[in-house]
Amino acid sequence: MPEDILVDIKKDYVLSKLKEGERIDGRKFDEFRKVEAKVGVIEKAEGSALVKLGNTQVVVGIKMQPGEPFPDTPDKGIIIVNAELVPLASPTFEPGPPDETSVELARVVDRGIRESEAVDLSKLCIEAGKKVWIVFVDIHALDDDGNLLDASAIASILALMNTKVPASRFGLGEDYELPINDVPISVTSLVVGDKFLVDPSRDELSVGNTTLTVTVDRNENIVAMQKSGDYLLSESMLEEILETSIKVAKNLREDLLKQISKS
Amino acid sequence: MSRPDKFIVDGRRLDGRLPDQLRPIKIEVDVLKRADGSCYVEMGKNKVVAAVYGPREAFPRHIQDPSKVVVRYRYNMAPFSVEERKRPGPDRRSVEISKVSKEAFEAIIMKELFPRSVIDIFVEVLQADAGSRTACINAASVALVDAGIPVKGMLTSVAVAKVDGTLVLDPMKEEDNFGEADMPFAFLIRGGKIESIALLQMDGRMTREEIKEALNLAKKGAMEIYNLQREAIMKQFVEEEEENA
Repeated sequence: MPEDILVDIKKDYVLSKLKEGERIDGRKFDEFRKVEAKVGVIEKAEGSALVKLGNTQVVVGIKMQPGEPFPDTPDKGIIIVNAELVPLASPTFEPGPPDETSVELARVVDRGIRESEAVDLSKLCIEAGKKVWIVFVDIHALDDDGNLLDASAIASILALMNTKVPASRFGLGEDYELPINDVPISVTSLVVGDKFLVDPSRDELSVGNTTLTVTVDRNENIVAMQKSGDYLLSESMLEEILETSIKVAKNLREDLLKQISKS
Repeated sequence: MSRPDKFIVDGRRLDGRLPDQLRPIKIEVDVLKRADGSCYVEMGKNKVVAAVYGPREAFPRHIQDPSKVVVRYRYNMAPFSVEERKRPGPDRRSVEISKVSKEAFEAIIMKELFPRSVIDIFVEVLQADAGSRTACINAASVALVDAGIPVKGMLTSVAVAKVDGTLVLDPMKEEDNFGEADMPFAFLIRGGKIESIALLQMDGRMTREEIKEALNLAKKGAMEIYNLQREAIMKQFVEEEEENA
């Protein structure tokens, strides 16, 4: 119960601040929290990344193994994205099989990577029709202070960029870098009344999980969208969010690429 | 199924439709006896049936909300509904579709009127042929009205795809599988007018301008579907009145 009261108080605070045209943490409406990324944090994984988005923390590890291709794409590798919202990351997460939130999260991250063709799957064929590389992208939430989705999407693509195909371990020649063609960036906005806030924090999300996620590729195409939450979205709001997301994604991508080129 | 060389020849799609044309639609109201509201919809080769139960007491108790009704939505595909037998039970795709569809309905149901209760919306896909989630929402929307549940308006759903660089309304299987983008919508329609977007998803590759165009195309299609939904409901209630007279 005390938790419920706190949520109500936070909600009132968020809304009253919004009326004054401000966010509770002083950010601009289209401002992401500070992103810190570190790649190669798990040596046993083929690739990995730890991303901090404000206080939200996610680690993504990539594992690869040879396996059978799908019958309709016999000469292409396979990507499987899975998310575990482990109870360590939030008092509201419970152990057990993935619930609808984690399924949605994994599928939206998957869509961004798949539809931007970020990973060149045609270069992951070992023997057409028989054997291809399977890339497992496992998202492991550590701390949910809001917007796990974008943090997970960022960590996933950075981990993929950090991945070496473990060919030698399976007697398939020399290891090589996973071929990456694009860096999709997902931008989630919280829709509150006639306003929207980019990269909502957990406190901001106390007004409701009413979000729109837009994933943008490097050529400013939209490659995935997901409206999530029980709210109605106006056409003009959709327009505005698209415009802002494209702009925000561009800056964020530049920032991330700078960060990992330094490390 | 293999990828067709061309999706549009002489302005016509593989099944002879124009880019802005819907597949044939059939809507029947009150098709199930036990449910409080029900509806059967065919959209092209999609055959789906929706049932609404409630508002009824919410069980287990801990899901009850003292301030409003709980809405549940279950999208389920029959094992025989697709080419290759689908393993029964929810997979990740069904879980996601159920979530976003439920949220769309939550946004239009007058939830405050039924505290501590639950409204269950069950949709079964008997045959799937691209766009089954949109067919299900259209069926569920009519079933809600048939159940007499107060709503802000009608939910009407349709998808737009991009094939060979052209936007097409209500994509069929080939366009869905091999197209460059797919974008399902659901709109709240009130007083014969599209008011807002209740469901929105997209995967593929589209420019901002194309998304705007897709939205307009979807709105055109949704209005046509809405008229059919409305017609089906009107017909149902006129029949009921005649029976009672």
